[in-house]
Amino acid sequence: MYGVGILKGLGVTLKHFVDTYIDDFKWGLRRYTSDAGFQARQSTETRGLFTVQYPEEKIAVPERFRYIPFLVVNDADHPTAPNEPWCTSCGICAKVCPPQCIWIVRGSDPTTGRPIPQPKAFYIDIDICMNCGFCAEFCPFDAIKMDHDYEIASYDRTTAHIYDYEKLAKPLSYWQTIAPTRAEQERLAREAEEVAKAIKKRQN
Amino acid sequence: MTDATLPTTTSITDLLMQKFPESVQPDAREGYEGVVVAADRLVEVATSIRDDLGFNFLSSVSYVDYLADGFFEVVYHAYNTRTGGPALTFKARTPRDEATLPSLTGIWPSADFQEREAWDLMGIRFTGHPNLKRILTWEGFEGHPLRKDWQEPFYEEEAKPFKSRWPEGHVRRAEMGVPFGMNVQYPPGFTVDDWVPEGETALYSGLIQDNALTGVGIQQIKTDQLIVNLGPQHPSTHGVFRMTVTIDGETITRLEPVMGYLHRNHEQIGERNTYLMNMPYTDRLDYISSMANNLAYAITVEKMLGQEVPYRAELLRVLMVELTRIVNHYWAIGFLLNDLGAFFTPSLYAILERELVLDLFEATAGSRMMCNYMRFGGVAYDLPPYIGGPAVKPGDRARELETMAFIRDLIYERLPRATDQLDRLLTTNEVIISRCKGVGILPPDIAVAYGATGPVLRASGVPYDLRRADPYSIYDELDFDVAVRYNGDTYDRYLIRMDEIRQSLRILQQIVPRLEETAGQDYWAGKRAYNVRVPVGAHYGHAENPKGELGFYLVSDGSANPYRYHIRAPSFINITALEEMCRGHKIADAIIILGSIDIVLGELDR
Repeated sequence: MYGVGILKGLGVTLKHFVDTYIDDFKWGLRRYTSDAGFQARQSTETRGLFTVQYPEEKIAVPERFRYIPFLVVNDADHPTAPNEPWCTSCGICAKVCPPQCIWIVRGSDPTTGRPIPQPKAFYIDIDICMNCGFCAEFCPFDAIKMDHDYEIASYDRTTAHIYDYEKLAKPLSYWQTIAPTRAEQERLAREAEEVAKAIKKRQN
Repeated sequence: MTDATLPTTTSITDLLMQKFPESVQPDAREGYEGVVVAADRLVEVATSIRDDLGFNFLSSVSYVDYLADGFFEVVYHAYNTRTGGPALTFKARTPRDEATLPSLTGIWPSADFQEREAWDLMGIRFTGHPNLKRILTWEGFEGHPLRKDWQEPFYEEEAKPFKSRWPEGHVRRAEMGVPFGMNVQYPPGFTVDDWVPEGETALYSGLIQDNALTGVGIQQIKTDQLIVNLGPQHPSTHGVFRMTVTIDGETITRLEPVMGYLHRNHEQIGERNTYLMNMPYTDRLDYISSMANNLAYAITVEKMLGQEVPYRAELLRVLMVELTRIVNHYWAIGFLLNDLGAFFTPSLYAILERELVLDLFEATAGSRMMCNYMRFGGVAYDLPPYIGGPAVKPGDRARELETMAFIRDLIYERLPRATDQLDRLLTTNEVIISRCKGVGILPPDIAVAYGATGPVLRASGVPYDLRRADPYSIYDELDFDVAVRYNGDTYDRYLIRMDEIRQSLRILQQIVPRLEETAGQDYWAGKRAYNVRVPVGAHYGHAENPKGELGFYLVSDGSANPYRYHIRAPSFINITALEEMCRGHKIADAIIILGSIDIVLGELDR
């Protein structure tokens, strides 16, 4: 009979309409105000609308989330070398970067003129960066990491979009805040490497 | 699928060489496969390949500039859609200074756009081609950009990494490097201000002349013929795609796709990149299904490297790719309904589930769409224990959903339910049936001749799926059916996508227990190296993407960058048959026929 298919379809939209309110009744305002409500709204259990009310509420991004990279430096209260960058200007990030958005000037000793393992300047053109995460993935020193701050709109692209060292450097504690598990895993891996090195040294 | 009695590829090439002893030679170069056909006998040999050997489907036309040897090589890959099995590779060469080859459009119309592309980007003339003009660039474009001796204005270096980045570090905004107005080269004697779009007038007048000759012949009353330009800035064309349609009354008599508005010379960028650098670029081809693009590229390079992949990595790859296929088909169906005028309700129902799948991609790979997840020898990361992250910014809402439970819920509960719901909403809807049934019929022989792949081909009654025809990854151990529908109309192209979603769910339901068994195992073989060295040679790798066959033809000269990086994009080649499907239908139907092909401009224009 003509029209049965349309009626069946309307049944589906009606169900969606009802579903939109079932969870609202079940959770009440907590669906929008509490963290548990948010989690239920953003899980496989959810029914009806699961819109996130950006910018009032934002989904906390996962640890592996990739955005414009930043450079890891020691915390300001580091006992021996505060604010010191971990970067050795080895250039792997610049070499592996697919759109070639990283510029590094190698540091040199002012008296001898010989290269030292620290960047003199470090630039990232964020207009070019494609957020692939290769720089962070292949950095042997954990010195460059992908940031989570995606709200970087600016009024002037001609002056504001080349990030220099000042803008790129962020303390280790920041990385530990945005990606606690990964930072801890990396710390353990570095320690294990230190131990292995020490053992090897002693054996020699 | 392959039967023991069927001839192998080697015996087929032997057969060919016996038949044409003077004009067919094996390609003796190390690392190369296939045969080289003498250019003057190409049409004859190709006809024999199609008619005597049964390779009825010309899949891809690649072209390589061997600058040092002084010739261009066009590489054809043909399949037998009845038996499956690997491709038959045959090549033809032509000197660089007067590059001319006979066109194969008379044998396989699927060569049409691909030969135009080879003319446009490489400058190879194909004699006998009915419409040999530029396809991706415009008439004001100087030179043929994929030639190895072509350089763009403000050319920097032949291959990445560029020295200016490290160790020299000359920082400069990219735009400063290519000043506006000076970043183009025109052919000699070409001035933009005096330019009359010659191709356009030719296009329009050509359409009218042809139309006057053929006509539609169904009208009793006198109707006006006019040319309607659809796109490129129109939502119904799914991106910056344009169609020039000649209509007689409301009936389409001719249709010509015009493309290239999103062309960025992806292939040349790929030739300057190292092999690994191309991985994130493949995300940007069909950006709805970046995981599937990753897989097709990864298996191509792995084949050249002889790289093994751990079992868990294969599982993760299939998990991601099949989820991508479901997401892509939801998207295709949703937007087909938009094209039909059902403004956004069905498409939002469909892409609602997509959000959850993208949450999984984001937590696993780091990005929702530009996944960049696969590596040569595995995948970048294992599944994370939880989906969600710590709340850092003001307003951040944290969540912590156990990943395997999330995946199980999705695959066993949520996606099957959503598919059934979409089915109930749409499949028997009378409006959809009357708009779609019998519209845009693509008969199986035409589909094969025009090189259609993926759902478009299978909806026309040709059960050809690379996951079965030439299995890769672990598809041969998985239990699933190749979905097929027989009418070849828009309605069947809708139904086939529903069928494929169900088959993908079937695959995923076999993947989940395997994932649980292999938890904690290796997901990447070998060491994390950013500078892979691919042995000298050439290889064509392909995978069944949601939109059709995605193929990569890679040539390695042993250096860090691919010498040639050619992409067989399913959207690009599926569109070849668009005119065949639209002719004789109303102009409003052209929109849904295009929607049912499911194109994405990222890979169409490359």
